[in-house]
Amino acid sequence: MEIDPFIFRISIFILSIFVGYYVVWSVTPSLHTPLMSVTNAISSVIIVGAIIAALAGSSENVFNSSSIFGYAAIILAAVNIFGGFLVTQRMLQMYKKKKDKKK
Amino acid sequence: MISANLSAVFYLVSGILFILALRGLSSPDTSRQGNFFGIAGMIIAITVTFLSVGNFSNSLIYVFVFLILGGAFGSFIAFKIPMTAMPELVAGFHSLVGLAAVFVAIAAFLSPSVFNLGTSGNIKLASLIEMSIGAAVGAITFSGSIIAFLKLRGIMSGAPITFSGQHFINLFLGLGILVLIFYLCKNQSTNIFWTVILISFLIGVLLIIPIGGADMPVVISMLNSYSGWAAAGIGFTLENTALIITGALVGSSGAILSYIMCKAMNRSFFSVILGGFGAEASSEVSKDKKDQKPVKNGNAEDAAFLMKNASSVIIVPGYGMAVAQAQHALREMVDKLKKNDIKVTYAIHPVAGRMPGHMNVLLAEANVPYDEVFELEDINNDFANADVAFVIGANDVTNPVAKTDPKSPIFGMPVLDVEKSKSVLFVKRSLSPGYAGIDNELFYKDNTLMLFADAKKMTEDIVKNLD
Repeated sequence: MEIDPFIFRISIFILSIFVGYYVVWSVTPSLHTPLMSVTNAISSVIIVGAIIAALAGSSENVFNSSSIFGYAAIILAAVNIFGGFLVTQRMLQMYKKKKDKKK
Repeated sequence: MISANLSAVFYLVSGILFILALRGLSSPDTSRQGNFFGIAGMIIAITVTFLSVGNFSNSLIYVFVFLILGGAFGSFIAFKIPMTAMPELVAGFHSLVGLAAVFVAIAAFLSPSVFNLGTSGNIKLASLIEMSIGAAVGAITFSGSIIAFLKLRGIMSGAPITFSGQHFINLFLGLGILVLIFYLCKNQSTNIFWTVILISFLIGVLLIIPIGGADMPVVISMLNSYSGWAAAGIGFTLENTALIITGALVGSSGAILSYIMCKAMNRSFFSVILGGFGAEASSEVSKDKKDQKPVKNGNAEDAAFLMKNASSVIIVPGYGMAVAQAQHALREMVDKLKKNDIKVTYAIHPVAGRMPGHMNVLLAEANVPYDEVFELEDINNDFANADVAFVIGANDVTNPVAKTDPKSPIFGMPVLDVEKSKSVLFVKRSLSPGYAGIDNELFYKDNTLMLFADAKKMTEDIVKNLD
């Protein structure tokens, strides 16, 4: 009997929760704010769904009901991706400066 | 156009890069590299998506236009936002993830064939359940984060809003959603799908309004977790590994942060969710502790004198320091002290500030080296050997009542043993109680000197007196 692909996906999901559990516990508490902003940025990988939806429109009808939601989601996710990664970078940069100064 | 198998492999690669991005945060030295891994993962995921769709019609132009539009706006915010406003920013970003998840779920529901989920009105059962869950959790994340944002921004009062039967209504609405999803699977009705989303928006609002300002660190972490689960739900719908992995990572990350925050306040997760913390405590305490006890009042000169003659000083910053923007003045003060060969360290309570790690970022911004900043459990024993504890803008996290009075609402909460140091300098605007609404016994101790002033002004005055 063949295994339903869903089982594979749920396996990946559960294993990833475990990976997340161990990885996040090893994050130093002083970086918890950057952790939140970077998780924010990476969860916006949801943009892949938005792109698929947006590109589905045909050339004659670029804006159909479902691609409009796709475009809207692209804007939201893009704000998050750029904003999230850049603000994280800005914060982490501040942790570096001190190190150099001290030396 | 690349094959489905190849793109699945690339999605896995970007999932792994995201894991490495979080892994990098285990130390400030590796963190920037980690962030680049995250960016690389995102670029791979987006590129592969374009290639796998392979439709380069007019819509591609619009996709890029909207991508750049959103990206420009996001970058603008990222560079402009002051570090004190990070909690609001993160809450705002969570709401966007939530809404994006809702939109993607709607798009998938309206034209399932695009995502290989069947045809409209005849969507695969599993996909239908997955997208409803994704949409519902996304909607809760969205409206909940908006409320959190308004509360943090001060547009909405931080006081908990409670009414009778609140939890019953939430439970009823939650069960309602399950019933609706069940019917949705039976008849695939568009109206039911919209109703599920609307009710979820409502639940998000109802879930966050009863939670008081003091519990905001938990709320933000919790919404962080929700945004992850929403992404994972959509990931199942789209059969996309990168999304599933990311959703699981973010979901567990937010859950762990909520747990850490709850533990730091000695509150169970459920009591935070059920809310109403700040309100009851303040009304109850203001009654029985009104007897005025003597307080030793000092000025900047006294403080400067005490610190000049100390050999070690521990600084305990709190959110009040951030509000007064005193971190730079504080750093100046510390520099002067260090010149006099005084050992200075910082003690940070996990819930100082309004989100996990907030205080660390603010100190980092003021150029405080991160190896002088210690967490509660690492520094608490040092107070007994310290000459001066300088409490600036913190309150509840130093309250010894948490160790002595089982009746206190904060009893059992781990606190900084500030009172063990030889003398305590407490910068505060007035004797008013803190967020939790509890009087601080520390104010009345013999070795405490109260410095009543704005945190920034007082620190600047102390700097002048140190010369």
